[in-house]
Amino acid sequence: MNKDKKGLGAWTLILLVIIYMGFLIIAPIFALIKGAFQDSFDAFWQSLTSTAMLDSLWLSLKIALLVVFIQAIFGSLIAWVLVRQDFPGKSILNNLIDIPFALSPVVVGYMLLLLFGRNGFFYPVLDALNIKIAFAVPGMFLATLFVSLPFMIREMIPVIINLDRQQEYAAATLGANKWISFWRIIFPQMKSAFIYGISLTLARAFGEFGAVLVIGGGVQGRTETATLFIFRSIEERQNIEAYTASILLGAFSVLIVSLADSFKNAQKKKQKMGSIEVRR
Amino acid sequence: MEHSLVQEKQKTGFSEWMLRLPSILYLVMMIVIPLIVIIQDGFREGISGLVHQITLPIAWHAILLTLWTSALMTIINALMGLVTAYVLVRYDFPGKRILNAIIDLPLSIPTLVTGVMLVMLYGPQQALGSFLNESLGLQIIFAPPGIVLALLFISFPFVVRTVQPVLEDLDRSQEDAANTLGANSWTTFRKVVLPALILPTLSGGLLSFSRAVGEFGAVVIVAGNIPLKTQTAAVYVLGAVESENRLGASAVSLLLIAMSLFVLMTANIIEKRWGAHQ
Repeated sequence: MNKDKKGLGAWTLILLVIIYMGFLIIAPIFALIKGAFQDSFDAFWQSLTSTAMLDSLWLSLKIALLVVFIQAIFGSLIAWVLVRQDFPGKSILNNLIDIPFALSPVVVGYMLLLLFGRNGFFYPVLDALNIKIAFAVPGMFLATLFVSLPFMIREMIPVIINLDRQQEYAAATLGANKWISFWRIIFPQMKSAFIYGISLTLARAFGEFGAVLVIGGGVQGRTETATLFIFRSIEERQNIEAYTASILLGAFSVLIVSLADSFKNAQKKKQKMGSIEVRR
Repeated sequence: MEHSLVQEKQKTGFSEWMLRLPSILYLVMMIVIPLIVIIQDGFREGISGLVHQITLPIAWHAILLTLWTSALMTIINALMGLVTAYVLVRYDFPGKRILNAIIDLPLSIPTLVTGVMLVMLYGPQQALGSFLNESLGLQIIFAPPGIVLALLFISFPFVVRTVQPVLEDLDRSQEDAANTLGANSWTTFRKVVLPALILPTLSGGLLSFSRAVGEFGAVVIVAGNIPLKTQTAAVYVLGAVESENRLGASAVSLLLIAMSLFVLMTANIIEKRWGAHQ
């Protein structure tokens, strides 16, 4: 319709959106890039390879990878159960899943403190067994697990709903057991959503801040993740360190999510081409 | 779809329970138990104790600041999100694909990094920040405008991405009819397009509100932590935890949880309603 001939109104709206997004999103990103390299590349490199920075990145990576591993298993499992099984209380379970999206990360960390901290609900048991969760890495792991819980499940549910059940029935009829039918027929259909869910979880886990601050305390060298390192650097006015770590963290998250995005789109294209061929 | 297949009666065997039980246990341990413990802790001294903690001057100020900055963000985000979605769906212009890709960036950038970026741009030592401060008297960092900007950044995708698919699926023949009958483009938009987009915009706006109320990482960097001035509710909870004010932390946490969940549920109900219309 009016796609080719644009009036003054259309151009005003386009310009408005470009200016808005430019100020709101693009300008801050450029400010960060400029800030990290403002002194010299050497300063950037030096702060990048400092022990505190590397330690914090390593801790973030360890926590994030473990979280992704657990979430991949339980996320797929829960999605499967919610789609394929019917039982009383299922809709309650379904509503529980989005709660981590709505909670403030500080509140998440605090809830874990109420469970595992001194005077906490589980503290007597943990103390007797000499297990430390609050102000230690296990607590930070649990906090990250909590905040990233919905991603995998929400990615997997639509795929499981849309699975082609004819193929499963055919496989079963031909004598395949459930295990074979899962790996040969079901999993290939879920692969791209699985990878996408993992990437979102990884990005979220790597960038978690509020919850790990409250439960972990951010002790340098012990419970300091990359985000806590940035926070401490800002408070101590070590600006270059803060900017360098920020740029690294931001670039890492954006890269992971966009890689997963392009993978998802490629799969979609492949599937479309496949279905055209079948129709022909 | 294949209703006969999907609804086929399944009896619950051993393998179903092997999948079901761990799922339920995982969700109960991860979500239900922590929620029960914080609710029990917040009501330790009854409702009056809870209300007392919330209405203490510093806590109350933090809550009000959180509410009005989130509300202002929601209004701006709803308006600009609607305009952005409209422009992206209906117009073609150079750079459109880049713009469309940028919209999702706030979802993957850690919010703490967002805070750092805004300080880099608007901080008192930065060119733009000091210019705004000196020539317009507008302080952004360590002031409420910074909070609103940070919230706008992190929640920008919510309205755009809720409205966009609805606008793409909208039947164009009604608009064509309106145009043929002599309506100008503004009238057509107001009478034909807008009514279909109001519920999605509202739902996206509420989603961003529920996200903003609990935001911490971006806000703590941008606003600082000045009680009675720039301290938001989430930052107040952190302070209460650090000073071992347990009842205060639990009470304000519970209020935050209740507000977010209520708004999120409202958004879900609205979403179901427009889903039913289609």
